[in-house]
Amino acid sequence: MKILPKHSLKAWVERLRDTHRVVAPRETYGQYIFEEIENADDLVFDYHTSVLPPKKYLLPPREDLFAFNAKTMEMSPLIEEIQPTVIMALHTCDLHAITLLDKIQGTGHTDQHYQARRRKTTLVSIECLKPCMDHAFCKSMGTLAVPEGFDIHLTDLGDRYAVDIGSEQGEQLIEGLSLFWEPIEADYERVNQVMAGKWPNFDYRLDCDVTDLPDLLAASQDSALWDEVGDTCLACGQCTKVCPTCYCFDVLDEIDLKLEHGKRVRVWDSCLIEKFAVVAGGHNFRSSQARRLRHRFLRKGKYQFESYGLLGCVGCGRCALSCPAHITPIGLLNTLAERRRPATEEASSRS
Amino acid sequence: MTTLLRETLTHSSIYMPTPARIVEVEQFTEVEKWFHLELPSGFTIAHKPGQFVEVSILGIGEAPISICSSPARSNGSFELCVRRVGKLTDALHRLDVGSMIAVRGPFGHGFPIDRFHGKDIIFIAGGLGLAPLRSLITEVLDERGKYGRVALLYGARTPNDFLFPADLAAWADREDVECHVTVDRPSEGWDGPVGVITTLLPKVKFPARNTVVAIVGPPVMYRFVLDELLAAGIAEGNIWLSFERQMKCGVGKCGHCQMHHIYTCQQGPVLSYAEVKNLEEALS
Repeated sequence: MKILPKHSLKAWVERLRDTHRVVAPRETYGQYIFEEIENADDLVFDYHTSVLPPKKYLLPPREDLFAFNAKTMEMSPLIEEIQPTVIMALHTCDLHAITLLDKIQGTGHTDQHYQARRRKTTLVSIECLKPCMDHAFCKSMGTLAVPEGFDIHLTDLGDRYAVDIGSEQGEQLIEGLSLFWEPIEADYERVNQVMAGKWPNFDYRLDCDVTDLPDLLAASQDSALWDEVGDTCLACGQCTKVCPTCYCFDVLDEIDLKLEHGKRVRVWDSCLIEKFAVVAGGHNFRSSQARRLRHRFLRKGKYQFESYGLLGCVGCGRCALSCPAHITPIGLLNTLAERRRPATEEASSRS
Repeated sequence: MTTLLRETLTHSSIYMPTPARIVEVEQFTEVEKWFHLELPSGFTIAHKPGQFVEVSILGIGEAPISICSSPARSNGSFELCVRRVGKLTDALHRLDVGSMIAVRGPFGHGFPIDRFHGKDIIFIAGGLGLAPLRSLITEVLDERGKYGRVALLYGARTPNDFLFPADLAAWADREDVECHVTVDRPSEGWDGPVGVITTLLPKVKFPARNTVVAIVGPPVMYRFVLDELLAAGIAEGNIWLSFERQMKCGVGKCGHCQMHHIYTCQQGPVLSYAEVKNLEEALS
């Protein structure tokens, strides 16, 4: 652990900007977005959840895969210019989301495009000491703390930050800088005090234990709730755009008017959109809104856990905030838990 | 001022295909064509029966298509049978011998042929489903001694819709293969069976205990065929089906082909009924 006095923060960020693109939450019309900062004064550490998650720097909304000449069949891989990037002030939920993306993109066939961006990206997270918005349920999802996954993790101690270094990449960001001090005994005490004090500020919002989520969803596959909520879903796909762990994409070719030079690109896609599971000939294997909604929730709460050992939801609440139909994961999951409970209790009282 | 560093891939992207040349084309039906393709020298597809490739026409796009040729006979080339059904396949149908396309793959798991050894085999193909199955049928017939009795049940819409006519004739001539075909709608001169594919099943009387079934066809066919096979006592783990899904990437990333927890492009497209029986998104 190191200590960074708050008055030195700007100096540190300016130093980072010599060698890195520094991305941080910025306030825009009352909302926060991750954006490159041009001045350390733009830094905001106290922010409610950003509109889009930081995944946009690792899996951009639109990404070139390769360029081609359709006439000569020449193809060349394309990776846009990637600057070494520091993403600043990540909330712990977003850090958990990136850990999941790392695992998914690195499993099986490695996605080199993701890896190339990821290698150039350094993550500086901040300990969340108070809830950032009403829809967040990070405490329930177990994402309110970060044992690993960060390069540097900051904890606000009042007039200073405790600086935890999680990797060699993080070490390099502060190496040789006199801005960082060695901690004294009182700093450690203060960290313990702050950390102990933070937990009561957050509520558990999920009415079941997070470890029961895969079972709850498995048991709720035929629940009528999917139809009930599906009736209100507008199939806009907004929830997937703002989700920090969604990564599905569509692939398109773009070609010039001479039908010669072109690019193959991928763009974000959404399993909530009606045509997502349509096959050649028009058959749709998830033809109803209810089934698409159920797929999304089971994917987040069951399938990804089974495939990667990590839940696909980090409790950031962005989907709830962005949903024009006011569908919230907490509302939906808690209703499933509530509907399951009487049956379970009845069953156990019988036995 | 931020320093710009350029990152380039030191190896090829998983999304970048390899050029392939069309060396032979045959029009099977009004909407189905067969393509024989060659890769640049030094490259082979090295597929297993039931696997697919992502076929590209640069500037148009990409689509997953099952390989219909036998791996043992591939020798640097491979074959596809393609129905004209969308943008990519429409463009493919317009190409002539000598044209270049591009391919990635092979992807997915094919039929687990080791588990067919020593067993009686029923192949059930509906329409274009004969294409992926042909890859397996040819492989099985090439090593005929490793298997018990072999039957092929094939259904097409009309007598004009039969694919691989030369193969069908050759298989029908063999004494060690029971071939049964049916059509939904007869045309003039057809004196064979008329009816859905399940009407052919009673013609095959294999002991259920030692029989493996490989099925490829349109989604609507699976439920009816499965009901009959299960009623006949075929083990759930001995019924193998190939699943068609939209597969944008082929490598388990894009999400389009997911049915429940299964990425069809990776864990499929061939799966046993035992693996999918509780996944209603697989069969309806």
